Amino acid sequence: MKKVSLEVNGKKVSKEVPDHTVLSVFLREVLNLTGTHIGCDTSQCGACVVHVDGKSIKSCTALAADIEGSKVTTIEGLVSNGKMHPMQEAFKKQHGLQCGFCTPGMVMSAIDLLNHKKNPSDKEIRDWLEGNICRCTGYQNIVAAVKEAASKM
Amino acid sequence: MKTFNYHSTKDVKEATKLASSSSAFLAGGMTTLPSMKLGLASYKDIIDIKRIKKLSGIKVSGKSVTIGSTTKHAEVANSKEVKKAIPSLAALAEGIGDPQVRNRGTIGGSIANNDPSADYPSACIALNATIHTNNRKISSDKFFTGMFETSLKKGELIEAVEFQIPEKSCYQKYPNPASRYAIVGVYVAKHKSDVNVAITGAKSCVYNEKSIANALLKNFSSSSLDSLKIPSSGMNSDIHASADYRANMVKVFAKKAVDAC
Repeated sequence: MKKVSLEVNGKKVSKEVPDHTVLSVFLREVLNLTGTHIGCDTSQCGACVVHVDGKSIKSCTALAADIEGSKVTTIEGLVSNGKMHPMQEAFKKQHGLQCGFCTPGMVMSAIDLLNHKKNPSDKEIRDWLEGNICRCTGYQNIVAAVKEAASKM
Repeated sequence: MKTFNYHSTKDVKEATKLASSSSAFLAGGMTTLPSMKLGLASYKDIIDIKRIKKLSGIKVSGKSVTIGSTTKHAEVANSKEVKKAIPSLAALAEGIGDPQVRNRGTIGGSIANNDPSADYPSACIALNATIHTNNRKISSDKFFTGMFETSLKKGELIEAVEFQIPEKSCYQKYPNPASRYAIVGVYVAKHKSDVNVAITGAKSCVYNEKSIANALLKNFSSSSLDSLKIPSSGMNSDIHASADYRANMVKVFAKKAVDAC
């Protein structure tokens, strides 16, 4: 067992977990933050993307123990004062989701992109979202949502 | 995933002391963790080397670029120094996996794993790299010994990879649309007195395609490859591409790389 201390969505947490606990399981099963989804569980689909120390990573492929001391932001951490993040608003407005399974990862990835690049082109958005797979809506509306968010962030 | 004992280490001595026949070093974990989840690998001890400061960072001198083993792909891709000294190396790093993989995956992990379709092994061969470990220096032509095999001994730890700065170079790959691993990748590098043409994805292990290199040494232009025939024997054949297709792609991408040098 390992004691893992993190700051998750601004709150300090400290839990004892088995050494092999990955971050996605730590978030979902230990902290009950089920907004982070587990899709392929092999770092291909991107449903589990969260931010660790400001960078997007796939939480299914990082041990909770190995990010000890880090700051983690999940989809639950985006809402402020009861208002959705501009990226969430844009996904809603542009119909950037259908079943919604991939959406938390898409949103977290897209925010990381805009943190790097304020007004990305369609190609830059598509390149950046290479690691996020959507099986139902298709990508047109997702790209439109990211563009809209870019104009508001 | 079967459980293990996780160790976070602060220096190379501590890390190598913990190593045993049932341990693995963990850097980005982009291959190690999925392999363990799939039951393809299991270890008693996982030795995390990410917090060892001396293993991370980029140094550029007049002749070489040295990259610490735990340096992430995103750091190489975004490094102004690497972009200036060997732009093709920064571009290669930018094409690995996806942004999240590049934020975690490391150069040392990539070459230690020696996936037959990985990008970095081709850079090592093309750029006459020297692999610095905790107890020796290994030249890249002796490092990659077979599919997922290297000349690293048990418990030996890669500290840095030193690339020779070429006169000009280019890496071109045909990425698998899902994984971005190379179906075929060709890294052409022209040095002062030799040319290397490293091929990844085509066979069970990265290799230097001498027939193309020799033709380019005589005349560094894509037209010098027109009459070459690349045999398909020994090439991989799978659902993505047949051996004949890969053999053809080796030539197509070599020409592309030369033209873009």
